[in-house]
Amino acid sequence: MEKAAIIGVGMTRIEANKVRDTFADLAWEAVNKALDDAGMNMDDIDNIVTTSNDFWDGRTISCMAVSDASGAYDKNVSCVEGDGTFGAFYGLSRILSGSYGTTLVTAHSKGSEGVSSLITNATFDPIYERALGMDMITGCAMQAGAFMHRTGTTAEQLAMVSVKNHGNARYNPLAQLPMDLTVDDVLNSEMIADPLHKLDCSPVSDGCCAMIIANEERALKYKKGPVWIKGVAFCSDTYFLGDRDLSQARSLAEAARKAFAMAGISNPAKDIDVVELYDAFTYQELMWLEAMGISADGRAGRDLEEGRFAIDGDLPVNPSGGLLSGHPVIAAGLMRIGEVVKQLRGDAGQYQVKGAQRGVAQGVNGRCGQSHCVWVLDKNK
Amino acid sequence: MEDIFEGMEPMVYQSRINIPYNWWAGDTASRFLLAIRDERKILGTQCDSCNRVFVPPRKTCPTCFTDNQGWVNVSDVGILEAFTVARRQLAALPGKVPICFGLIKLEGADTALLHYLGEVDPEEIKIGMRVQARFAEEREGKITDIAYFRPI
Repeated sequence: MEKAAIIGVGMTRIEANKVRDTFADLAWEAVNKALDDAGMNMDDIDNIVTTSNDFWDGRTISCMAVSDASGAYDKNVSCVEGDGTFGAFYGLSRILSGSYGTTLVTAHSKGSEGVSSLITNATFDPIYERALGMDMITGCAMQAGAFMHRTGTTAEQLAMVSVKNHGNARYNPLAQLPMDLTVDDVLNSEMIADPLHKLDCSPVSDGCCAMIIANEERALKYKKGPVWIKGVAFCSDTYFLGDRDLSQARSLAEAARKAFAMAGISNPAKDIDVVELYDAFTYQELMWLEAMGISADGRAGRDLEEGRFAIDGDLPVNPSGGLLSGHPVIAAGLMRIGEVVKQLRGDAGQYQVKGAQRGVAQGVNGRCGQSHCVWVLDKNK
Repeated sequence: MEDIFEGMEPMVYQSRINIPYNWWAGDTASRFLLAIRDERKILGTQCDSCNRVFVPPRKTCPTCFTDNQGWVNVSDVGILEAFTVARRQLAALPGKVPICFGLIKLEGADTALLHYLGEVDPEEIKIGMRVQARFAEEREGKITDIAYFRPI
């Protein structure tokens, strides 16, 4: 893959309810932060990819809510419906095509403005499934139970993910939910759908992220050190939940294998310094770590107990606090990439992973981890 | 810089998207639903290439990317592969909690069907349970013509 880098990142704070901001206001904030971060202005942006979802926004062609505020006038702008990691993938592809030297990628949602249960129920097949009333929480709860059954991962180990991530969020000024929790706090929180307690679940949040990707030539012109994209892959599993073994993230294993191979990573547990992954629910952190081969199958819970993934452990996972501490869907995956960029530049302030050179960001699209996109980033070219 | 909006009452506009849809079920789903409605039989389609039987039936095998030509009767009895019990009254739920969902792999099928579990104490549900379909008395050609699956 030809060399490309991330040269600017901008994020809004993640909040439960951004009452004063429209989608366009969020984009304006994030885009300007990204441009300032890169030391660029809008004339330096060759094309734009926005990422949003019409159901979440309550408007079709949802790109158009943010296009003006993202500088799309007179430019080539397109929209990816799905997680921010997939939007960034498309933005990167436009660079690699040779047609564009810089791409601005944005991703947003305001979960506060709709009803997430109804929106996610709409992902279910209208003829065979939708009337049953399952949504993202009950679907993922089913997956959590299957994962725990197969691997022996315990409720306490799930709870520890929540304790770690909410705890990390105390040092991230953009996080929505910094909290000082114990395992018992999580286990005693309201059971939403077995086995997921309230504190096993991410909140539904508002937020926006913007990122500027550049080819090698353009990357070297801008003020901050670029963060290089060493490997990217995505892979999709089948649609119907019953077609898959929900307790295994097969498509993530494949995406990770490809991305790591591109980046020359043979031992992910040792070769990576920081991971920001898609922890929409506690069990997902453990399941995705196993699928990526960072933990052996069934071992992520025990690795977590041994402190491996703590911010001062061997391989910090979600030092930002992750999605458990604030989850604006769509923006979520782009923020994972953005957080890794911060770490590799040494810009993560109080939640900095010391000496981080190489990091992995992962995002999810579809129900119960149907599709995954894995990014490997490196401070060094 | 002075914030001219400071202390201003935030205005909220409430609306709703109410769009009726009429989705044709298509030949494959229609055949499946009619068999349930009229005969209380559960059918699957089979891929010629990998021989997997899909329930609910699909025209296309997702892994082989082929046409599923064969139709197969599957049992109304199967094994529970995954489940959850909804405890909070989430907005999409059509009835009062607790509601038990499950993925049931029926005998003869290679994929699991998403449906409800009924006539069971939520605390007693276990992965691996044998369950059987209970059909609704009044059937309309919908997935809810199966009322739920119950342990046997």
